[in-house]
Amino acid sequence: MKHPEAAAGFVADSAKSSWHDQALWGVRTKRDAAVSAIPEWEELREQGARIKAWSLAHLDDLLVQFEAQCQQNGIVVHWAADGPEHNRIVHGILAKHRVKKLVKSKSMLTEECGLNEHLEAQGMEVIDTDLGERIVQLRHEPPSHIVLPAIHLQKEEIAETFHKTMGTPADMTDETELTRAARKDLRERFLQAEAGVTGVNFAVADKGIVVVCTNEGNADLGAGLPRLHIACMGIEKIIPKFDHLSVFTRLLARSATGQPITVYTSHFHKPKPGGEMHVVIVDNGRSALLGRKDFRRSLGCIRCGACMNTCPIYRRSGGHSYMATVPGPIGSTLAPSKDPKTHDSLPFASTLCGSCTDVCPVKIDLHQQLLAWRGELVKMGYGDRKKIRSMKLAGKVLSSPTLYKLAGIGARIALRGPRFVLPSEAKKWLTNRDLPPVPAESFRARYRRHQK
Amino acid sequence: MRVGLFIPCYVDQFFPSAGMATVELLENHGCDVAFPEAQTCCGQPMANAGCSGDAAAAARHFVDTFSGYDYVVSPSGSCVAMVKHQYPKIVGNAASSVVSKTYEICEFLLDVVKVTQLQASCSKLVAIQMACHGTRELRLATGSERPALPTFSKPRQLLEMVDGMQLVELQRPDECCGFGGLFSIDEVDVSCAMGDDKLSDFQQARAELVVSTDMSCLMHLGGLSSRQDRGLKFAHIAEVLNGDWA
Ligand code: SF4
Repeated sequence: MKHPEAAAGFVADSAKSSWHDQALWGVRTKRDAAVSAIPEWEELREQGARIKAWSLAHLDDLLVQFEAQCQQNGIVVHWAADGPEHNRIVHGILAKHRVKKLVKSKSMLTEECGLNEHLEAQGMEVIDTDLGERIVQLRHEPPSHIVLPAIHLQKEEIAETFHKTMGTPADMTDETELTRAARKDLRERFLQAEAGVTGVNFAVADKGIVVVCTNEGNADLGAGLPRLHIACMGIEKIIPKFDHLSVFTRLLARSATGQPITVYTSHFHKPKPGGEMHVVIVDNGRSALLGRKDFRRSLGCIRCGACMNTCPIYRRSGGHSYMATVPGPIGSTLAPSKDPKTHDSLPFASTLCGSCTDVCPVKIDLHQQLLAWRGELVKMGYGDRKKIRSMKLAGKVLSSPTLYKLAGIGARIALRGPRFVLPSEAKKWLTNRDLPPVPAESFRARYRRHQK
Repeated sequence: MRVGLFIPCYVDQFFPSAGMATVELLENHGCDVAFPEAQTCCGQPMANAGCSGDAAAAARHFVDTFSGYDYVVSPSGSCVAMVKHQYPKIVGNAASSVVSKTYEICEFLLDVVKVTQLQASCSKLVAIQMACHGTRELRLATGSERPALPTFSKPRQLLEMVDGMQLVELQRPDECCGFGGLFSIDEVDVSCAMGDDKLSDFQQARAELVVSTDMSCLMHLGGLSSRQDRGLKFAHIAEVLNGDWA
């Protein structure tokens, strides 16, 4: 299935789709309010973009520096070329410590690598501890948003899931009560866990520390209670200096939810006394992306989710319609670099309205990348062949004034005639829309009269 | 000042009044307007479909047709954005003879002609459909995404020069209408859902007439509105500035 069909399914339930649109527009509105309180916002974005660009250009050195600093702090560093290697490494560390139960805070990287499935297949119990992630885990669904993983669900649906899996009363639909029930269940699991896996928001090269931002404090409990903490990160999470961190913490929470800062911004410097801390650094296609001029800036993403909240398509089609780990505009530019065949409809799931580019806190040229991907995909032989043939024809017609005039006359006649003679494109247009009435004269004809 | 007028292909065929209003506006403000008959299309449909090679043929033709004029003006922000932002990528240096002198009609009137008053009136309640490429590529107005910047809007500034102008306020003033060229066909369901939401926004604001810098948005919105008998009217901003909606 491609994006248009998956999207049609979500849009068909117009009440739900419009609720989803409103919910995310609400987040976008909060972001706007937070941004308007910072007069220097556009300069801050520029700074963020520059630090990211510099970091990506010096990634090799920064990673080596980060590794050395971590080791000095007593953190064990591992390198993984791809998802399977990442999963093997994490499993190896857990197995060495005979871990059976672990807790995990939000990490899109482990989602991308399929870590949960890998560990569960080897008999380990993995509990996602971010509330949204826990909800989708209980439903055996992937997250539909990178910051708000369960945003596609209404509270009645969550109540039903909790009723089935945790035995809460069937009619308990109050958000606060549902949250309390989840917290009570999770507390037990935190206490039983023998290891905690977290993601990484920022890896500070000059200090060898990792920074994790959450609103629920679940990463802190997960990293702090068990003896073993494993932090998993993509190579692009590096920032050069500790001094740069505040630029990003200011940008991140405001862009994500309109908060001035995340509730917990935790810096992990070293293992706790008597414990162990590991960092797994993963490539999984990132260095290849770094080599692609038109697309490398997408590696600067700080995963704030603002481009999803603002995207008029994402808001109406839902995150699952993208069928990629990361949905929305940034997902639509990241996914084709890994698997162009599967994801060839994503760069076309956009009107190129440009709103994503203007909200992005690190100024990634998202809609330009989507446009560039369209060209790449056509070159690679993906995309709709029929459409490409008609574009070739259009190219010929539009570079020849005579053919163009003939085509114009043809279109005007065709649109006056019966509908069944129209090409399938026009029929699709006409399912919900009328065509404008065909005027008696074209502009050209009127202009000629005007000149006389 | 010799102005070469570029009229997008669908405006030529379907919306001749938008084109004529542009001609009259420019002439009434002292411009020497020429419509080169050899023009075709800017090539945006091909570029957006990923066929930049085919778009390049149309782009080269555009450059040949228009490079001799002092200015190139068009009543379409989207085509102008194509020329200014995509031509340098698809035809390289060849684009330089048109890129810096191509203008969307509103920015041309304000920034080059320096219009300060208009001979026009309008009796309708008007909503502005801010076309995306006008807002976010040509920066005809401050986008809602950038609230820390000073607020301005060139279309609004011009409309406010029209006698009796009553502008209504939308809940989402610059949300995309869902047209997006081929998107309106490829993703017909999402496209129409977006359009319906815009129509509802116009109606909650009690608008009677919707104006835009791009007829393409209005072709989509007008098509939805007419199918649902919503009773809204649609016009290119040049028609209103020219006094066609008195
Ligand atoms: S691309 Fe930009 S806006 Fe989108 S999630 Fe990443 S940082 Fe946020």
